[in-house]
Amino acid sequence: MGPNGSGKSTLSKVLAGHPTYEVISGEVLFEGKNLLELEPDERAREGVFMAFQYPVEIPGVSNSQFLRLAYNEKMKHIGEEELDPLEFNDYLKEKAKVVEMSSEFFKRSVNEGFSGGEKKRNEILQMAVLQPKLAVLDETDSGLDIDALRIVAEGVNTLRSPDNAIILVTHYQRLLNYIQPDFVHVLAGGKIVKEGGKELAVELEEKGYDWVKGAAV
Amino acid sequence: METSFSESFREFIAKETDPAIRTLRENAFAEFTAAGFPTPKLEDWKYTNAAPLVSGQWSVTGGQIEDVADPDLELLRRFGSDRNGFAALNSAFADLKVIRIAKETSIAEPIELAFAADENTAIFPHILVIAETGSKATIVESYDSTAKSFTNTAIQIIVEDNASLTHYRVQRDSPEAFHYGVTEVSLGSGSSYDSTNINLGGRLSRHDIDVKFTAEGGEAWVDGLYMLNGEQHSDTHSIIDHTVPNCKSHQNYKGVLNDNSRGVFNGKVFVRENAHGTDAQQSNKNLLLSNDARVDTKPQLEIFNDDVKCAHGATVGQLEEEELFYLLTRGLPEVLAKNLLTYGFAEEIINKIKIESIKKDLDVAVLNRLGAEI
Repeated sequence: MGPNGSGKSTLSKVLAGHPTYEVISGEVLFEGKNLLELEPDERAREGVFMAFQYPVEIPGVSNSQFLRLAYNEKMKHIGEEELDPLEFNDYLKEKAKVVEMSSEFFKRSVNEGFSGGEKKRNEILQMAVLQPKLAVLDETDSGLDIDALRIVAEGVNTLRSPDNAIILVTHYQRLLNYIQPDFVHVLAGGKIVKEGGKELAVELEEKGYDWVKGAAV
Repeated sequence: METSFSESFREFIAKETDPAIRTLRENAFAEFTAAGFPTPKLEDWKYTNAAPLVSGQWSVTGGQIEDVADPDLELLRRFGSDRNGFAALNSAFADLKVIRIAKETSIAEPIELAFAADENTAIFPHILVIAETGSKATIVESYDSTAKSFTNTAIQIIVEDNASLTHYRVQRDSPEAFHYGVTEVSLGSGSSYDSTNINLGGRLSRHDIDVKFTAEGGEAWVDGLYMLNGEQHSDTHSIIDHTVPNCKSHQNYKGVLNDNSRGVFNGKVFVRENAHGTDAQQSNKNLLLSNDARVDTKPQLEIFNDDVKCAHGATVGQLEEEELFYLLTRGLPEVLAKNLLTYGFAEEIINKIKIESIKKDLDVAVLNRLGAEI
């Protein structure tokens, strides 16, 4: 959690390897590997996933085609069997239940013409398909109405397991009514200034970010 | 001008037994002799220098005549053999074939016209298609030469009143081949013509398309894709001519240019004085995949009537960095991600093709174009 401009999205993008960010010092260790030495696609195949705050529209590329290619690249990487289009379609249908998406979305171009809520649900669907070890969800709750928020949150809860980790980036405590965090880290001025359990989020909501901002300087 | 074609023509014309067609050929060859091959000095050929490639020695095959009836001769004579030396040469050596789609009939199966020039040969297909009143059909015109060759082809299409014709033209000649083609279309009242022109092949290819509305209420789609690699050069010149009121034309051409390739798009839309109620849309978008690729695009609208709806535009761009990053974060290797985005760019055109086998073939060809298999 953290106020505007605290570096939450920067952190997400740096973890994913966005080309406009240059890391000038430090390292990011993930299961013993320095992520900063890996290309974005290599990071993804190692099990890092970022759900975008503003998911990108890809005209002319169908959701199912895109997801099958991504899924099969991962399978190839971990030495498992790839799925043909029919097999994948069954797999996708199963996964889509997690975010209550109908198969009508499979044929449509990736995110093109999707509503804000549909885009965010599509991000969680991708997470469900790719089963990352670490998922960074960048303000997944922004721009969602209450129903979409519930669906997305339930999706995340379904995917949560002892075998994976989720970094949920948010401004508001609202999302945490639906998703109970194990830890809360507060980012301000590019640093983690406070840490605690789920009760910290509630305290933040009451006292506001000014309460922790002082600690950043 | 004496060319390597002069001797071929003398031998060839001696065998022509039909006096009317013989005259047609002789006149056309005289036009060719006078004009020669077009050179970049001509405005319409500014970017495309074909002469060095075609003036070599070719073994000429042509002269066949299939299903040509007397009334067809008049239509064949209307062909614009005077547009340039290539068109004249086509008329001179033409393998003539006439396809008539009978009045008020609907043909479900596509009519396939497949051509492939052999190594070092020149071929001259010339097809006349008449979609008679109220008929409905699909034609597939394809070119698949496998070696250095010279395809010089023409198709004349007459879509009569209330007829509807879908036309797929797929040019996948060898990357060493030279290809020149003309499409001439004339549209009757309430008729519709929907064409998709795919250009993937040829070392040097040029396609001239003329679509003319001759009566009210016609509608035409003139779409295309050129996707080029290596040293390929592809040139499309089109003219859409609104001479009468209340017709609609839609043109959507897309180009994908890689390596050292070169594309040319020149699209003219005329809206004549009398053509009120015209709706004409034209777009040419290009995707450059390398620093050395180049495209020259020139969409042109000439409007002589106030009561019209017209729009045109052209873009030249590269793959979107945010789109690429998005795909990378899902684990797609860079080559595959770029391929997929390129496919996404071209998909709109390929997807117009409603024949599953052809569409699938093109999907694979386009997706594999940049080296990665899918």
